[in-house]
Amino acid sequence: MFGYPGLSSPSLQLNEAGKLKHLLTLEGLKPHHIQDILDRADGFINTDTRQIHKQPLLKGKTIVNLFFEASTRTRTTFEIAEKSLGADVINLNVATSATKKGESLLDTIYNLEAMQADMFVVRHAKSGAAHFFAHHVAPHVHVLNAGDGRHAHPTQALLDAYTIRHFKGADFSQLRVAIVGDILHSRVARSQIQVLNLLETEEIRLVGPKTLLPHDASAMGAHCFTDIEAGLKDVDVVITLRMQNERMSSARLPSEQEYFETYGITEERLKLAMPDAIVMHPGPINRGVEIASTVADGPQSVILDQVTFGIAVRMSVMAGIMQT
Amino acid sequence: MIAITIQQGRLFDPANQLDVITDLHINHGRIIAIGEAPADFTASKVIDAKDMLVIPGLIDLSTRLGEPGLEHFTTIARETKAAVAGGITSLCAMPDTDPVNDTFAVTELIQRRARQAETAYVLPVGALTKGLKGEALSEMVAMHREGCVAFSQANQPVVNTQTLFNAFDYAATHKLLVMMRPIDAYLGKDGVAHRGAISSALGLPDIPSAAETLALARLLLLAEETGVRLHLSQISTARAVEMIHDAQARGLPVTADVAIHNLHLTEFDVADFASFMHVQPPLRSQRDRDALRAGVKAGVISAICSDHTPLMHDDKLLPFPESVPGISGLESLLPLLLALVREHILTLEQAIKAVTHQPASLLGINRGSLQVGAPADIAIVDLETDWLFNRRQLMSAGDNTPFHKWPFTGKVHTTLFQGRVVHQPKLA
Repeated sequence: MFGYPGLSSPSLQLNEAGKLKHLLTLEGLKPHHIQDILDRADGFINTDTRQIHKQPLLKGKTIVNLFFEASTRTRTTFEIAEKSLGADVINLNVATSATKKGESLLDTIYNLEAMQADMFVVRHAKSGAAHFFAHHVAPHVHVLNAGDGRHAHPTQALLDAYTIRHFKGADFSQLRVAIVGDILHSRVARSQIQVLNLLETEEIRLVGPKTLLPHDASAMGAHCFTDIEAGLKDVDVVITLRMQNERMSSARLPSEQEYFETYGITEERLKLAMPDAIVMHPGPINRGVEIASTVADGPQSVILDQVTFGIAVRMSVMAGIMQT
Repeated sequence: MIAITIQQGRLFDPANQLDVITDLHINHGRIIAIGEAPADFTASKVIDAKDMLVIPGLIDLSTRLGEPGLEHFTTIARETKAAVAGGITSLCAMPDTDPVNDTFAVTELIQRRARQAETAYVLPVGALTKGLKGEALSEMVAMHREGCVAFSQANQPVVNTQTLFNAFDYAATHKLLVMMRPIDAYLGKDGVAHRGAISSALGLPDIPSAAETLALARLLLLAEETGVRLHLSQISTARAVEMIHDAQARGLPVTADVAIHNLHLTEFDVADFASFMHVQPPLRSQRDRDALRAGVKAGVISAICSDHTPLMHDDKLLPFPESVPGISGLESLLPLLLALVREHILTLEQAIKAVTHQPASLLGINRGSLQVGAPADIAIVDLETDWLFNRRQLMSAGDNTPFHKWPFTGKVHTTLFQGRVVHQPKLA
């Protein structure tokens, strides 16, 4: 755990009663916050039939999906979750170039507030952007971080925790989890590490080449492995991350082929993990780059379950925040 | 010119090892006597400095004053007022203006504006290369004649090592001082925070310490080879302190300064994504900060500056990585120094000499002391006043400070520049 003085001051996202009024990061939250979200999510889904239970808890509320960075999948699951809660939904894909200046970035927010928005679901390419918005919105407006730069993607990590809990049970204290790939640039990994630590996971391994590992993993509460075989040995959960083309052009990796050869999750490598290990991926997957198709489509893959559970978890987060 | 007596202050001047409670007399803009007034002297103004510290006006090796280029935002007149409000009477003006200070015409303009303001001594620092582009040499001799005290690349590294070598060789030919901030051209170029625990945790693009030490090694080796007189600006890492210490131990006449905020703040202070904490070089680890403090104590780092960078609201009203780095620092330099003294991190002598006679001597200017005959640039400091620093009360046009609401003890009471009172407390 971080425990640094002042690190992401919890006061920004918690109200006086200690309840979430924004969700910007999982850092600074207590285990009960996580448990509440996961437990409430149970009420929004039948995990046997994968059926989502629509409940009009946010009827009359307006939620703006404010995406400064392109996204189809995340935005869509948010939209489904919002509509399943009966909220009015507005989607705005804001070209970053139009909001280069600080004032106009804020003007966007102020204008939307004036149009009676109750919550912003924000995605932005820069770390800290969600904090920036939370600092500047009106007191009654909620901010939900849908991914900011390399910093955090809390709802993804929560749905991952929900998925692990579904398949492995509520006790994480015996679990070994390997996160494989580009940890350095991954907001998903940062939030996953936080949620896994909050749930007292026995071991969190970060697996990848040094060019894609964070400088100080121990400060994040995780251990680095550059050896894929050692990293996968006896783990209960394998989380693969998406490999961006950009890592080739920025000279962090020579090629997708070489990455697959050295760190790709293949059936053979998966045998090193526990026999009942599950394989996860935040999507969208690059087949043959970070994961072999046979694994992605194989019996241990829970990748599509993550997507469905994600709707319930996002419903739970939004219902929780909007009711404070 | 009025004759002034500063009465019964504690005169503190490390250059002359002076620490005594007595009178100081000023006439025609100069200090004419300490203690007894000359027989024919009559003061037309007496400043009661009882229980106050009387020190040489501070010399700040790195500032940005808005002109030319940002006149719509701030001016030399305004920023020098901010300087004297902070007890600073001499300021080096960095060349990264618009246009760049790379010709004597720009140097002359800066000098003229400063003379018109008559508030503080502005020392232009010329661009080492034209447009700071690292390609062609600027007319250093002509600019020096016009008043440039040193030559610098501000935040721009010289990529081509041959060009850098030539620039040093040329500056050495004419015995010109070169002030360089060690920054690698590529490593950490897109970074916004120290490569450490916080950048890892927050996912901020990072700047490794090696971005500084690599560039430093290159500068030190070229200084040794060319014999140029090199000053290193705003170092930020423990390893750089060691390297400069080693170079000095081998007899290389190299000096260094540090920005005051790097002696106070660390990487942990960026943990809230507060854009006011976004600076260059970045706030580094606690170990680095402690090594910088030790470097000042040991004399490896001989000057402390504000690295004053007044910024417009919009520049900081952005998510941390997109905000413009820099602190409006003129008015917090002395309070932050005195805080280090109160915390027993520096002695009063170590603190004051790093902003007075040491920067004066490395610039080769006759300032920074209370020597009889020297220009009467003086700060009178009330060491006992407790106050809260407030960014809304700054004289500078830039209110970009991370020190808002910091409690300080000790405040500038009166500042004199060339024998004139240029800052005094407002009447209650």
